[in-house]
Amino acid sequence: MELTLWTYEGPPHVGAIRVAASMRDVHLVLHAPQGDTYADLLFTMIERENRRPPVTWTTFQARDLGSSTAEMVIETLKGACERYQPQVLLVAESCTGELIQDQPGALAKGAGLSAPVIPIEMAAYTRKENWGASETFYQLVRGLLSGRVPKPGEERPPRPVDQPPSVNLIGPTKLGFRCRDDVIEIRRLLESMGVRVNVVAPLDATPHDLLRIPEADANVNLAPEVGELSCDWLKRQFKQPTISTVPLGWGATRDFIAEVIDTLALDIDPDAVGESRLPWYSRSVDSTYLTGKRVFIFADGTHALAAARMARDEMGFEVVGLGTYSRERARDVRALATEYGLEALITDDYLAVERAVTELQPELVLGTQMERHIAKRLGIPCAVISTPAHVQDYPARYSPQMGFEGSNVIFDTWVHPLIMGLEEHLLTMFRDDFEFNDDAVPSHLGGEGGGAQQPDNVAPMTSTEPDAVAWAVSAEKELRKIPFFVRGKARRNTEHFAMEQGLSVIDVETLYEAKAHFSR
Amino acid sequence: MSQVIARADSAVLPEVTTERGERAVFCGLTSIIWLHRRIQDAFFLVVGSRTCAHLLQSAAGVMIFAEPRFATAILGERDLAGMADCHEELDRVVSELLARRPDIRRLFLVGSCPSEVIKLDLANAAARLQGVHENRLRISAFSGSGIETTFTQGEDQCLASMVPDLPVAPEGSQRLMVVGTLADIIEEQFRRHFAQVGITDVDFFPAARADDLPPVGPGTRVLLAQPYLSDTVSALCKRGAKLVSAPYPLGVEGTLAWFQAAGAEWGVEADSVRESLAIPIARAQKSLAKVRESLQDRTIHFLPDSQLEMPLARFLRDECGMSLMEVATPYLDQTLMAEEMLRLGPDVSLVEGSDLDSALARVRHNRPDLTVCGMGIANPLEAEGLRTKWSIELIFTPIQGFDQVADLAGLFARPLLRERQLEVGSWS
Repeated sequence: MELTLWTYEGPPHVGAIRVAASMRDVHLVLHAPQGDTYADLLFTMIERENRRPPVTWTTFQARDLGSSTAEMVIETLKGACERYQPQVLLVAESCTGELIQDQPGALAKGAGLSAPVIPIEMAAYTRKENWGASETFYQLVRGLLSGRVPKPGEERPPRPVDQPPSVNLIGPTKLGFRCRDDVIEIRRLLESMGVRVNVVAPLDATPHDLLRIPEADANVNLAPEVGELSCDWLKRQFKQPTISTVPLGWGATRDFIAEVIDTLALDIDPDAVGESRLPWYSRSVDSTYLTGKRVFIFADGTHALAAARMARDEMGFEVVGLGTYSRERARDVRALATEYGLEALITDDYLAVERAVTELQPELVLGTQMERHIAKRLGIPCAVISTPAHVQDYPARYSPQMGFEGSNVIFDTWVHPLIMGLEEHLLTMFRDDFEFNDDAVPSHLGGEGGGAQQPDNVAPMTSTEPDAVAWAVSAEKELRKIPFFVRGKARRNTEHFAMEQGLSVIDVETLYEAKAHFSR
Repeated sequence: MSQVIARADSAVLPEVTTERGERAVFCGLTSIIWLHRRIQDAFFLVVGSRTCAHLLQSAAGVMIFAEPRFATAILGERDLAGMADCHEELDRVVSELLARRPDIRRLFLVGSCPSEVIKLDLANAAARLQGVHENRLRISAFSGSGIETTFTQGEDQCLASMVPDLPVAPEGSQRLMVVGTLADIIEEQFRRHFAQVGITDVDFFPAARADDLPPVGPGTRVLLAQPYLSDTVSALCKRGAKLVSAPYPLGVEGTLAWFQAAGAEWGVEADSVRESLAIPIARAQKSLAKVRESLQDRTIHFLPDSQLEMPLARFLRDECGMSLMEVATPYLDQTLMAEEMLRLGPDVSLVEGSDLDSALARVRHNRPDLTVCGMGIANPLEAEGLRTKWSIELIFTPIQGFDQVADLAGLFARPLLRERQLEVGSWS
């Protein structure tokens, strides 16, 4: 039993719905009680989908238990087949369905349905949403393609000379982070290299499309949380290489281009592919103030890894915290954290993340919807870089994260919530200005509430150390002259310094001694 | 009023069609979203699965403005396989929780589909934990599981679980108990109106403080502010209380009849009640007249969701001039809906239960001007060129009473006004 206030991922059957909702001509029957249908709104409200997810629910109630739930499954299966006539029918259970052991997969196989059935075991009490999406997609790919696997020793036929090289984009789904625009951006990038996109899946694919997957020269593992399992299977069975660099960030996009060229043996100059404004924006003089900004990163594995690299190498930030809720990617995140001299935070406990942010007092938080709220409470600027995300992170405008345009978008997104260079200096110099002070929201963030704001009732103004040293009134007054967005850090550093020095009271001198001690 | 009574006397009730099939409703756990805001020193601990936690945050829109006063104890494989003793685990989780939140005065253990199916006895657990934490807080249990409750029924189960804790009312005293969560502002208005009518011994249940429990006994007159409280009413009646039959306080007529029903118990004539409330009535009628124009003669279809469908339909037809195509409700409690059924009369197509696909087929066939439905269905219907109103908004907005009548009508008018105003293309 695990005490949970908020959860980063939904249950695994929500992952199954994501795959079904991403595709066309697939229908999912879920054996689940009344109430589990709330999942529809994730798609129709958060992502503003214009159709209901292709899911039919048995919605059993207590009165059905013990007698008729198995009959309900069969009736629901038949009804769904008749009404929707899918190319493939997926069958799964939610957590409660799993407990009553009707085995809807077996029932479906014996029900003489008009559509081919692929049952999926969801393991609701050990697994989560991304696993569920990955497993569902894998079972679909395997179920449709296992009859077409070449015999051992059979070579892949060479691509006909008149056909351009091609790849599949594997992994993008509904409710993924900016998947819609990332697919457009990466397709453009590949086409500019003379590479054709054969199949994108699950997003907008039909089961017939999945049958064409083996025709491509390679698979791009675009969303590893969902696609890696399938890419690995395709590599083993069809000898299709996987292009595994995720093109998130300027450097990663260049690495991706190089990997595509290498994998497909293309004869093109990698430096001639595409262009990005990020390098110049980051090198231009007004970005100097970004140098060494302390950032905290928490996201799904893929976005956390990419954000860390971008933050350090492309924005000039200092990464002070790095973590993920994707246990499947824990090893990679740990390894990168070690490289950055950090200990990775691998957890799905929102309170543990909040503690880490409170303790580290970063100047910018890059996270999920959960971290947006943590940052808001602590008065720290924040940008959302990963799911779980809310309706405002499924924007109307084109805003990819991947490719060169994606790095432009990310540059803007991360810089926007910060207080800009000169504004920061002026706040420090004249902090008692009646209009232009801590309590006034920065001019470019007027009324938005998304950026740095004076926290109303938040921890940083009280001591973070339980046995903290005392503050002299004069020092406390001096501390208040430091702008709020660095005040928490200054307080914490000064207290650490005072304790190291064995001081019981912090006066103005201690404050400046500590400033000198920690100055970078 | 006399007009309504005359119709009621000669009325034939609406014909009820029962449907069985796929249901698109929230489970009772969703009630926690408003209950935890209403009872400000209570904490709701759902014993369930990741699905329960996910539902709560999805329905709450992941609004973490403060640490929420609800959480989920997620059952893991170890709990199900019997490798861990669920009760020991629950004790541990509760201690962890109470250490974090020393301000909590009442803890509800909330049953879910998984906890019901594995027959985890939460009432027993609550009694045991009460012994451990005696003098510190009250602990009780109720079920919000989808297999037993829909959406608003979670509140019914919660309130019913509190009834045994209500103090005994002194003999011979008559008090009014208004039952069902209301917005703070409406509670204040209603207190003023009751005083104007001449009823001052009024309690609201639930109250903002968990310890603020109204007394109950044979002198208690129960007046329902919400229509989904069947089990709470039976529990109160078992303790001697008497249910005052009334329509629900939605619309000018509904609200007036509601106060008149209470007044009758205190020997206040209906006309005298109307006179005492003349000022708010006139104000409500005046403000409603403006909104009414956009609703007059428009058609509306209610899909089953919140249990508020019948009183809302009555208000929209009788006071806003709308035409009812179909009124569906998740379940029908004939006792609690008696007054509403009389007012709706025989010309209404009333459906109990749900078969989602056929209900949607009827909506598509009838193409009403407005469809009231759950959040999961709204955008797909909008995309088909049908205007919708999400029913959850009717639960989260103060809509009861005279001074909210125009706001209530406004919620239905807005989608129609928006349609008229927008000059952009549609999906369809």
